[in-house]
Amino acid sequence: MGLLDKQFTNDSIVIAKVDDLLNWARLSSLWQVGFGLACCAIEMMATSASHYDFDRFGVIPRPSPRQSDVIIISGTVTLKMATRIKRLYEQMPDPKYVISMGSCSNSGGPYWEHGYHVLKGVDRIIPVDVYVPGCPPRPEALLEGLLKLQEKIRNHSSRKLINSEVKKSA
Amino acid sequence: MKTAQDIFNILKEKFGNSVLELVSTQPVEPFITVNPLVVNKICLFLRDNEELLFDNLMNLSGVDDANGKTVKAEDGTSKVEGATLSVYYHIESTSLKHKVVLKVSAPVEKPDVESVALIWRHADWHEREAYDLIGLNFLNHPDLRRILMPYDWEFGHPLRKDYKDPEFYLGMKVPY
Repeated sequence: MGLLDKQFTNDSIVIAKVDDLLNWARLSSLWQVGFGLACCAIEMMATSASHYDFDRFGVIPRPSPRQSDVIIISGTVTLKMATRIKRLYEQMPDPKYVISMGSCSNSGGPYWEHGYHVLKGVDRIIPVDVYVPGCPPRPEALLEGLLKLQEKIRNHSSRKLINSEVKKSA
Repeated sequence: MKTAQDIFNILKEKFGNSVLELVSTQPVEPFITVNPLVVNKICLFLRDNEELLFDNLMNLSGVDDANGKTVKAEDGTSKVEGATLSVYYHIESTSLKHKVVLKVSAPVEKPDVESVALIWRHADWHEREAYDLIGLNFLNHPDLRRILMPYDWEFGHPLRKDYKDPEFYLGMKVPY
């Protein structure tokens, strides 16, 4: 169901639920942190470039986490980098989303057993919304991951959030 | 252009007992083993002698030789003895077109090796890496800090054969 289903024919007026409007605005301009880690970052850059054109979904890299909505963890998360990633994530304003891209970021990947320097999954330090499998994932896979995230945001309900907050405080 | 045998003879004449032996039985290029506490003097000579002119350190690598023997004491306890750590130097003369490999070994309990960072500047970071991952102690190095692992890493040197992962680092679980 689109936002414009109940458009008035005469005036430039749209009737929609607040949730739908907010969700539509959020999912249509997901600005990502300009941040890459390893070979997955090469695929991420290819996704941003003209052939796959991330920008058609409203995704543009921002030079500051404070202007960003989503962070794509694109590569091997070393223990040294993990502390920095946590800080970047905390610097992002709410609402914020995380896409974990590739095997390393999902679970440690090829370093799962002998990677003395690797965090075995970025979900050990920050909450992940969408996992994209692959080593590295092709740009199509990352695009699918983004579409999954958009779907997640589209079904977001602020009432549910408020209810859960009330339950938590009760 | 000189062979490893020629270079070994020159070094043996100049440095005597500090130059141990020429090993050419291995299926790799022959290498010259030398004393780890004199290696800086030998390297300076190799760089500056007009017949040798080794101006380029191609690679410097640390190795855990994993050659310790387990010895049982009379009271039933056992410990590992005789283990060594080694450093290999692959050096080259760009003008005279010859190459040679040096090797030094130091006991794992006290792995002291003289630094060559002030002879070839690229040895600086190579030695920091060997210190970081193997735990070799380079004497008179200008800045011997960890280079790859975090500066506050206190769980040892990861490429030692007896290395064990810590359970947690800064609250993050390390094992899978």
